[in-house]
Amino acid sequence: MNVKTTPRITADRPLRVRGASWLVRPRGLLMAVTGTVALLTLMALNMRMGDIPMTLAEVVAATIGDTAHSFVVMELRLPRALTGALVGAALAVSGAITQAIARNPLASPDVLGVTQGASVTVVAVIVFTGATYGGASGTLALVGLPAIALLGGFAGAVVVYALAWRRGLSGHRLVLVGIGISAVFTNLKYWLLTVGDVNDSSRAMVWISGSLHARGWEHVWPVLSALAVLVPAALLGTRTLNALRFGDDTVTGLGMRMNRARGVLLLIAVLLAAVATASAGPVAFVALAAPQIALRLVRTAQPPLIVSAFVGAVLTVAADLLARSLFSPTELPVGVVTAVLGAPYLIYLLIRIRRERRT
Amino acid sequence: MSTAAAVAHPPAKERLRAIRRRRTLTLGALLAALVTAVVLSIAVGANPVGPAGVWQALTAPTGSESDIVIRSLRVPRTALGVVAGIALGVAGALMQGHTRNPLADPGLLGVTQGAAFAMVASILLLNVTGMSTTILFGLAGALLASVGAFALGTAGGRGGSSPVTLALAGTAVSAFLYALTSALVLLDEQAMNVFRFWQAGSIEGRGEAVVWQVLPFVAAGLVLAFANAPGLNTLSLGEDVARSLGQNIALTRAVGIAAITLLTAAAVAAAGAVAFVGLMVPHMIRPLAGPDNRWLLPYSGLLGAIMMLVADVVGRVVALPGELEVGVVLALLGAPFFVALVRRRKPVRL
Repeated sequence: MNVKTTPRITADRPLRVRGASWLVRPRGLLMAVTGTVALLTLMALNMRMGDIPMTLAEVVAATIGDTAHSFVVMELRLPRALTGALVGAALAVSGAITQAIARNPLASPDVLGVTQGASVTVVAVIVFTGATYGGASGTLALVGLPAIALLGGFAGAVVVYALAWRRGLSGHRLVLVGIGISAVFTNLKYWLLTVGDVNDSSRAMVWISGSLHARGWEHVWPVLSALAVLVPAALLGTRTLNALRFGDDTVTGLGMRMNRARGVLLLIAVLLAAVATASAGPVAFVALAAPQIALRLVRTAQPPLIVSAFVGAVLTVAADLLARSLFSPTELPVGVVTAVLGAPYLIYLLIRIRRERRT
Repeated sequence: MSTAAAVAHPPAKERLRAIRRRRTLTLGALLAALVTAVVLSIAVGANPVGPAGVWQALTAPTGSESDIVIRSLRVPRTALGVVAGIALGVAGALMQGHTRNPLADPGLLGVTQGAAFAMVASILLLNVTGMSTTILFGLAGALLASVGAFALGTAGGRGGSSPVTLALAGTAVSAFLYALTSALVLLDEQAMNVFRFWQAGSIEGRGEAVVWQVLPFVAAGLVLAFANAPGLNTLSLGEDVARSLGQNIALTRAVGIAAITLLTAAAVAAAGAVAFVGLMVPHMIRPLAGPDNRWLLPYSGLLGAIMMLVADVVGRVVALPGELEVGVVLALLGAPFFVALVRRRKPVRL
């Protein structure tokens, strides 16, 4: 298998601003720069696609200056690409935090009830307000669905958290309870799909598969603001996150209010995942895979938050590109592609962990 | 273990007798409950019929409206519930025994979704028609998924894998197959309409023909499962001990997987994606049946059938005038059970 290299002392330098300090990892910085380049390229490629095919040069020109294509690019295609990137980033950061808290590389907001909670509420709304029941459309559908998804996702997480709480929080119990509760939500979702008429069900089905179709600026802003507030908050908690990888006793021994720290960080993770889900539906496995890939790229002990965000954004935009071109002109929801690619990765991780434990 | 104790202490003979008595009593109670559940399933619905009416419709039909409802709708539905319930109960018990994992369940481990994907794909891509051909594809899908779940679930050396790992593996396998299925379905609205009912898990309106088509598979699965029981007992002592006792481990595992595959695929073909029966039943019956798989497996089958029928009846009653699919009712019952299992102070070990 892989040959263990001797550990090198890396040139990590602390960056100090008054009382606060962070380690600056050159490797992490390099990754962030590469990530930005890759992300911009993928977004440009994504923005080429559509009813009016464009060249890359035309896309860039339309984004920077004012050309004939500017409206299409700025109002239709850029928001879609941006939503994809931001949703991916939010999910990845959420996943990185969750994996650190659960001390399990396989945990993700997908199993914490967020995605399924959001799905159930959205399906309920689509089905009960759909064509068969008079119908809600226009602004209500536009603003209402994300708001309801947010609420549902949050409620799902609260249920899981409350049921997993038992004189403290254990990572394993959290994951298992999450899986159980997610199964109920899933079945409720299926039942709701049978209640509505077939057109509404199809619409709901597209939503719950995670889709970036027809996403506009109104989908970009919520995720962007959530990221702007919550990622710095999470970065402040990096030290706590790093400490959490030790056992419960050690963490308490280090003088940390473990349950409170966990609670706050988990809240950040849940909010990020819920906002992302509200914008694009449940895009499966990005939250799981991105932090693990970032971990391997940067070679740190815990999933690095910023690099995870970049990896998540790249993954999501790339998956959307694939989803649009695979069966073109028919578009698949991006969530289908991420699930088909992400699940084998999870299985690979499982096998790897098993092997490492045995040796 | 118990034989050694019986030789050493004569009173152990007494205990053995008590265990036997309890087993017989349990069997009687299970059979009585099953008969009650069957009667309820035939009698209860949008058009309720009394026990006398049920008897009359079954023995001497007059062609009245309730007779037709009973003979053409409720009896097939009940039969399907019994067949699917037995299959899922036994499959669950087998799976928990082989993986030594208290959270194993065909639905949670992705076997159901494997069968589902293969069947949907065969219908959509290969234009396969007819239940008997579709079910063969379902079998292939279930086999692949259960081998996958097994590889992930038992490769952890002695003592099996941790429940968390296995549950996550199941989630991964399920999510993967579900995504493939939904991609197929999203490309075809007609399929979507069939698929959504099927995915919720239901035994309503399938007709008598389906019962006859899945029955051979369930029967074959049951034969393999019961043949597997003694071997599984030995395996539960650990692979090393089993090997030193002369057990062919690979064969025992292979027979177990074959049985699980047959049973799950048949149940999925009959009732759609029904989860949690296989999870709950073995835990509920183990205190009464004991750890001996020769008893645990048949008892799990009986309780599985009872649970399926009761859940179906409940689904018919709670959401009048509509119906709640049996899969949804079972999820609502099963998830609290699952959560309680996870929250237990002393983790369940198999």
